[in-house]
Amino acid sequence: MSSITSLTLESRPTELRTAGRLRLAWKWLRTHPGVTFGLAILLFWMVGTLIAPAVISYDPLAPNINDSLAAPGIAHIWGADKLGRDIFTRVLYGTRISLPAGIIAVLASLFIGTAIGAVAGYMGGWGDELLMRVTDIFLAFPSIILAMAIAAALGPSITNAILTIAIVAWPNYARVTRGLVLSVKQNEYVEASRAIGASHFRILFRTILPNCLGPLIVLATIDLGNAILLFAGLSFLGLGPAPEVPEWGRLIADGIQYSDQWWVSAFPGLAIFSSVMALNFIGDGLRDVLDPRTRRR
Amino acid sequence: MPLYLYIVRRAILTVPLLIGITLIAFIIAHIVPADPITANLGQRAMSDPTIVAAFKAQWGLDKPLPTQYLIYVGNLLQGNLGTSIRTKRPVLDDLKAYLPATLELATTSTFLGVGLGLLLGVVSAVERGKLIDFIARFVSLIGISAPVFWMATLSLAIFYVGLRIVPGLGRLDTSIVAPPAVTGLLTVDSLLSGRWDAFTNAIGHLILPSLVLGSYSMGLITRVTRSSMLETLEQDYIRTARSKGLREQMVRRRHALRNALIPVVTVIGLSYGTLLSGAVLTETIFAWPGLGRYAYQSSTTLDFPAIMGVSLVIALIFIIINLIVDVLYYLVDPRIQAH
Repeated sequence: MSSITSLTLESRPTELRTAGRLRLAWKWLRTHPGVTFGLAILLFWMVGTLIAPAVISYDPLAPNINDSLAAPGIAHIWGADKLGRDIFTRVLYGTRISLPAGIIAVLASLFIGTAIGAVAGYMGGWGDELLMRVTDIFLAFPSIILAMAIAAALGPSITNAILTIAIVAWPNYARVTRGLVLSVKQNEYVEASRAIGASHFRILFRTILPNCLGPLIVLATIDLGNAILLFAGLSFLGLGPAPEVPEWGRLIADGIQYSDQWWVSAFPGLAIFSSVMALNFIGDGLRDVLDPRTRRR
Repeated sequence: MPLYLYIVRRAILTVPLLIGITLIAFIIAHIVPADPITANLGQRAMSDPTIVAAFKAQWGLDKPLPTQYLIYVGNLLQGNLGTSIRTKRPVLDDLKAYLPATLELATTSTFLGVGLGLLLGVVSAVERGKLIDFIARFVSLIGISAPVFWMATLSLAIFYVGLRIVPGLGRLDTSIVAPPAVTGLLTVDSLLSGRWDAFTNAIGHLILPSLVLGSYSMGLITRVTRSSMLETLEQDYIRTARSKGLREQMVRRRHALRNALIPVVTVIGLSYGTLLSGAVLTETIFAWPGLGRYAYQSSTTLDFPAIMGVSLVIALIFIIINLIVDVLYYLVDPRIQAH
């Protein structure tokens, strides 16, 4: 008898909570078809690239001269490139570079930007002034040109391209975080935290920052699209991965001299376009929930 | 605060910004693994000790870093940006030669992007939920999400190679003699010299790259205009304007649009920065002899002085544009004037 009571007492609420949350999430997704659509596109690329070795017999790297520049058809749904490699396969494998590169770059800039913006907003005074002027200076450099200067100084590689994107992207996060911290700082619970003797570090990182996360997540989602675009642009210019690596921007560059064989660069672009669009959809949906400042209609 | 005081104040604020930019350029120039002397002089000049000594003295390479920075800034102020390794010409001369092409392209793109963006944004807000709203939003989504170099490649394949409805790469057909250079802007120069053939040809060459380059601004401005317009249309003063019997068109134009434009102005300034970056990719693909293509060619040959020169010039343009945007902001938003 007692075991039954404990069972009902302990397990039912959790069960309800999980079920309730799932139902809420489902309800939310149904009212935000854009988010569902965006998630579906991203899932397609991510799952696709993971199962590609198991379900696709084409090698993304090995040349097959017989199929050189083959038009899209049954054998190659997106056609083949100069060396006869299946373009769909190469695009699918390209996901492994383009998406993680964008994610790492955004996480890095989120980390740097949030730290600088948070400290600036929390400190106020001359520290704020100094940090924000430094931020302004980085904002004034146009992203690709600064990226080209850094890539030229450090040499082209995937790591340097990611580093470059982080360097050009963090000022945005710093500005937004600073603004958020300034407004959250006014709340009474921050005052309360200070009153019970919490350290500055604790107040800033445990009390204030968690309350700034919503808008930052929205910004990071949409910015991931920009990071993917910039990374593709850099590698299109030859400032990213080595030429033989199947990366989305690189794949478009491969097709540039074959204007009659439009499929060589047209299809890889679809991968970038669809992912960036997906992230925009997801970001817009998240904004409705997470960012009370700007409710879109 | 009167307008002139506001401008002076904003201009003074850009001075530390400029100093910071030169500092960053200087730091990047010094993390280069390559020896700046070898990088700038090349093998033959390196073997001549008098040239090496002169170069060292000019850039103060034998002095401590802070002194080197001051010498660097001094050289910049005299217009000495170093010598391009690739073209063997002073970087400043190169920049002067390539800047007009970029200005012509960027300006046309901005006009197209802002014009189309405002139009689509207003129409889709007013016709919210209808087919035209859907189309406008889809077009703006393409502008934001599609890589500019992809659109450039595809549009060349379709409109030039396929349909042959636009002239090809570059700023003018090879068969057409360039008009005498006055401003460096081919459209303006050809009109000044009355060369109608050159003018139409230049416009033809300009249309595709500027549409491609302006597509991102167009998408962004459509989105911002739409949401800003929708928000404004729900304000109380719009209801007041309607209820006092104003015609709907009057309400939209005089009361809604003017107020909705305030956030749009900021975005126009911000998108200009993206535009200058996009110019690198667009110019490279369209063989457009501007700063972007120059920067690209310099980066592939690791021509460091040239890249830093482009960075400085574009950062400077960006700062000036932001200054103009702030002044426009001041003009459209009376709340700032009150402060």
